[in-house]
Formats: sequence, C-alpha cells, structure tokens
Amino acid sequence: MSPLRPAAREAWIEASERIGNPSSLHASGRAARGLVEDARERIAAALGAHPTEVVFTSGGTEADNIGVVGAFWARRNEQPRHCVILTSAVEHHAALDPARWLARHHGAQSVEIDVDGHGSLDLEHLAHAVTAAAGEVAVASFQWVNNEVGTVQPLADVVDLMERHGIPVHADAVQGVGHLPFDFAASGLVSAAISAHKVGGPVGIGALIARRDAQLAPVIHGGGQERRLRSGTVDAASAWSFAIALDEAVRDLESEAARLTAMGERIERLLRDAAADACIHGPTHANAAPHIVHAIIPGAPGEALLTALDLAGIDASPGAACTAGVIEPSHVVEAMGYDAAAASQTLRLSMGWSTTEADVDALGQALAPAVKAARATRAAV
Amino acid sequence: MKVLAALSGGVDSAVAAARAVEAGHDVVGVHMALSRNRDEYRTGSRGCCSIEDANDARRAADKLGIPYYVWDLSDEFHDRVVTDFISEYEAGRTPNPCVRCNEYIKFDTLLERAQALGFDAVATGHYARIVIRKDGTRELHRANDPDKDQSYVLAVMGPSKLARAMFPLGQMRSKAEVRAEAAVRGLGVSNKPDSYDICFVADGDTKGFLERALGTRPGDIIDENGLVVGAHAGAYGFTVGQRKGLRLPRPAADGAPRYVTSVDTARNVVTVGPETLLSVGTLRGSKTVWLADDVPAMTPTPCLVQVRAHGAAVGATVVRDGDSVVIDLDEPMRGVAAGQSAVLYAGTRVLGQATIDR
Repeated sequence: MSPLRPAAREAWIEASERIGNPSSLHASGRAARGLVEDARERIAAALGAHPTEVVFTSGGTEADNIGVVGAFWARRNEQPRHCVILTSAVEHHAALDPARWLARHHGAQSVEIDVDGHGSLDLEHLAHAVTAAAGEVAVASFQWVNNEVGTVQPLADVVDLMERHGIPVHADAVQGVGHLPFDFAASGLVSAAISAHKVGGPVGIGALIARRDAQLAPVIHGGGQERRLRSGTVDAASAWSFAIALDEAVRDLESEAARLTAMGERIERLLRDAAADACIHGPTHANAAPHIVHAIIPGAPGEALLTALDLAGIDASPGAACTAGVIEPSHVVEAMGYDAAAASQTLRLSMGWSTTEADVDALGQALAPAVKAARATRAAV
Repeated sequence: MKVLAALSGGVDSAVAAARAVEAGHDVVGVHMALSRNRDEYRTGSRGCCSIEDANDARRAADKLGIPYYVWDLSDEFHDRVVTDFISEYEAGRTPNPCVRCNEYIKFDTLLERAQALGFDAVATGHYARIVIRKDGTRELHRANDPDKDQSYVLAVMGPSKLARAMFPLGQMRSKAEVRAEAAVRGLGVSNKPDSYDICFVADGDTKGFLERALGTRPGDIIDENGLVVGAHAGAYGFTVGQRKGLRLPRPAADGAPRYVTSVDTARNVVTVGPETLLSVGTLRGSKTVWLADDVPAMTPTPCLVQVRAHGAAVGATVVRDGDSVVIDLDEPMRGVAAGQSAVLYAGTRVLGQATIDR
C-alpha cells in the first residue's frame, strides 16, 4: 500500500473537523452529504465515469464482492441458466474467493482461465470457454493489473470478446488505477473495483465504479445509502480524502509512471546482481505495470528473505499470508506454472508516490546480503 | 547481542523476550508455526499454534516494541517430531516429543536459521539456568523453581547449541512470579492457561492419536510364562510399567496387580507380569550428548539420573564409552521404557543425556 499523501491527510483532517461540528446536527449532516457528493464527482471526473457510477464501499475487497457476487445473483435471478463465472486463477483473493465461494455454496460454476508464464490471460482459452458455456455466463471477472507480478491483462480484448456474447465484465482495477490511464466510459467494463489506499488515500474506503445499467444485487443489506446497492453510512472525510489522493495520482500519472519505471529498471538490475538465477518480472517487460517488481529467487525462502530485508529497513512482501501470519506459496506464481517451492521463494517490491532513489539505494545495500542469508537458512535445514 | 526470541504466544516466552529486551539486547520475535491445521482457535489449555497463539505472540512483540515474524516450521515439525513420535511407538519405544522438538526444531532449525540471518543467540521461555564459569565454560543447570524445571528436555541440545541459547526465566522463583511480571509489563497473556501434554495431540488422547495414525492391530497379551491372558488392539499403544488400561479378563493367580513388562511390536505381543519383574538395576543408553567436558565419566562416576520429565532424580554411577553409557542405579528402578531420555546430573548441573535402549 502507498502511504497517505500529505494533501489527502490535510483533506481528511479538515473534513473531519468541518463535519464533526456537533452543535448543528442538520447542517453538519448536510455538510457531510455534500462532501460525499463532492468526492463522488471528483472521483468520477478522474476516472472518466459519471458521478452516479461511483458507489463508495469499505474498500477494494467489498467492491470486488459486489462486482462478482452481486452480478452473479442479479444475472441468475434474471435467467437461471446464468450460472457460470469466468475468471482466472491469478486474481486477487478479493475477487477469486467470492467466485470460488459461489461455486461451493450457491451452485455457480467458476471457470478459471489459464495464464502463461508471465501471468497473462490466455485469450484463446477464454474464447473456448465462452463458446463452451454458450449463454450460461453470468459474469466475467478479470483483474486489470496483477497485484503480485504486475502483469497488465489484455482487458480491451476481453471486453471485445465478452461484448459479442452479451457478457458483463467486472474488473478488479485496484492495482491499475492511479498508475495507468483509465477511462471507465471507454473501457466497456460494466464495473470496476478501486481502493483508496493504493493511490495514497486512507485505508477503509474504496469504490465500485458501476454502469447505471449494471445488473447488480446488493451483498449487504440495510439503508441502501449508495444507489440502493451498498448500505451503511459513507465515511465522508475518508471519501473526500480518497478523492484528493486520486486526483493527485491521476494528475501526476505520466511523470510518475516514467519515474517509477526508471527506478523499477534499477531494481531489476539490483535483483539480477543479487541473484543471477532469479526470474524477474518488472516494468521493463511487455504488458507490465510501472510500480511492481517481482522476483522468484531459487533457494531463498520468502519468509527468511522478508525477515532479512525487514531487519535492514526494507518493506517487502513475499506473497500471501494466512490468518496466523504464515507465508503461503503464492497462488499467482503457482498458476503461472511454477511448483510450490518456487512459489514460496518470491519477493514482491512495490513503489509509489513516496518511493525515492534513496530507497532504491537502500534496497541495493540490503538485497545481496539478504538473499545470501535467506539461502543460508535453507542450507541450514 | 542480536537475539531472536521464540514467542509461542504463551506467558513464559513473552516474559523471556521482555527480559532479553531489558538486558539491552537487540531482540526480534519469531513465532514458529508448527501445526499444519493452524486455522483453529484454541479451546481450553490444549493445543498449540492456533491463530490465537500467533495473535498473542504478535501482541507481545507489539508491547515490547520488537519486530515480529512468523516462520513456518510445520513441515520440519511434522517430519522430525510427529512422524518420529508415531514411528517410535510403532517400534515399541516411548518417545519424548518435547525432547525431540528441542533437539531438531528449536535448537536446530530455528537456531541455524537465526544464525544465518545474523543472530547471536536464541532466547526461549524454558525454565533452566545457564551458568558461565570464569573460564567461559557453559553449564546447564536446573531452574530455581524445581516444579517448573525443564533442564530434562533441554539436555539434548549439547554444548555447541547451548553456547547460543538464552533462558531468561531460569532464575525465576515460580510461575506465579512470571505471571506477576507479565501483568506488571502489561503483557495480555499474563492470565493465559498453561499448556501441557503433547501439543499436537490436541485432545490429550495419545492412544486415540496413535490409533488414528497406525490403525488397530489386534494381538495377544501374555504373562511371564507365555500364557495368553488378554487381548489388545495394537501393541504400540502400551508402555513398559503401564498398569491401567490392560483390561485383562482375569486377575493373576496371586491376585497381585500386573504391569506391562515388555512391548514387542514386531511380534505384536504385550507381556505383563508382577511388579518385581519391572525392576532394573542398570540402564544402557546410546546417542549420548555430553555437556560437561570436565566430568567426562570415562571411569565410573557418581551422579543423579532422571528418566522422566517430571520424575525424581535418583543416585547412580555412570560410565561412558563413546556414544554409549551404562548407568548403574543405586536402587533398582521400575517402569523404564526404551526410547525415554536418561538425563544425568551432578547436583543441579546437567552432565549429559542418553536415549535408553533397554
């Protein structure tokens, strides 16, 4: 995640003071509502969407759940034949687990499309799957940018194909927005999940950008505050702070993408120097996001690598961790065709607005000893 | 020193880590995930490696302001401790999985990983004392609190591992004192119940655990004359010295209670007999680990010997011969099973340990 941008922090503090005035309940209620609508308009403008299309949620996970589960329920209610969900095995758990849960508990059939060795969707497999499931697909759900390896999926091709079959496409856009240009209206997507803290906004708020004609059922029930689709009072200060952060991210997008890509190239070189046999995915590769560098480092357990880097002051992430904190083999790397051992020897480095060349320098200092130490822990066992 | 504190999520390891921090060391907390089914919440005081334990360990690290990591050692634990536990019973011996865990997990895998990552020592919440003599020699001693003393399960680590271990609780007078210290330090685990029994046998039913792992293997129970006197569901489930759970249909001719005197899993036969047949005057052991170079015991040397984690130490004379030891007991002892650890003491000091062959 990106740290909170100073402008977003200022916006949050200012907003929370303004709407927190207890002496005028009605006025403050109006102020809060007004602020949420201001935020909605700004976010819509930044993403090529209409304000009505912005549905605030508690974050990217909830937005993905509405995009997958809500679409499945609405589409199947309309037509019981609609029971297939097209997705892939490299999705973020926020989108993958709802599809698998629907398959396990609600009679859905989740078809996970293959990816290649870079995590890129196999469009031929997708075309076959659509034909095979003729007329039965409820929703197609694909990520825009893979959160672990940074691969940018060919969403335009996916949308083209799905439109021909009248299948709505939901995109987990959490990792793409703020780093790559995004125009919701032009994308052809029916819905897209976004998260504030990935663009330097506060944790605890996100949105589903959903076309007005999107067939979506609510997944949580109550007052229906957000377009009758999402219930619960919107956190006005966080929504406003989110809008400010997104604005800044979109404003600086081009120059930041260039800056991060250049740093990413350096990180790729550093990784290669520290582990010549590492398999690296980074911004210099085709169809890659500018802000993620991923490496599979043979013989270096992610757990030990993370410990060594963290002790050296580098925040890295090896992949997913279970509730107890145990690092698990990456389902993304496994889906890319690697074995469980390789999927446990991974290192993910992400950059954001606050990342500096000095951070990369520090990484350069820490990387080789950390790889060496991590490999030694394995030799010790 | 750079110290890696093993944090189980319990009160002992939390206080041990706190003391290491207070002593001025550069401390990092590591929780070892040992169980493969770790998505379970603990109930009562049994079980280990639950989500709650991991959370408690994390909260202790938060409180102490030290970095915290979870290391997954469940494969090593399964292969080295759980599998060994089952195969030892299957071979008719009585293993001590805590000894095995200290030998292969805490003071091997963990210690070696720690060293590879640049740590000088591993601190645990064990109750034992390390005494450093003027010449730098390290001695392992019983803890001040004899009720909590764990030197018996630590002796297996040997001198080179001992040089990299820290037991900050060794001087504590009692568990109550440790709990009080935890409360004063604001550690949320101060009232957490003690864990006991075997951590991976969550319900405490060792026999049931073995039955699930090994299946039932019905066979005969015979007496000292070879007469069939009963039946069993698997010889592996019995331990020499055991009296309860034999379910013999008829009492012995003389009415005296009968005990398991030998377990032969190869023939799947359990032999029972009177208490007198259980007595042994000499123990023979192998896989000897020696912690006291200055007391080599190459000639008969008086000592104390303890054969169970919570048993008393009794007088004996020990002679070492390479990897083996012969321990002559001052008074005969009963119910000693192959596979148990014999730990030798001089006063409170651990001299060494061996695995009992017979």
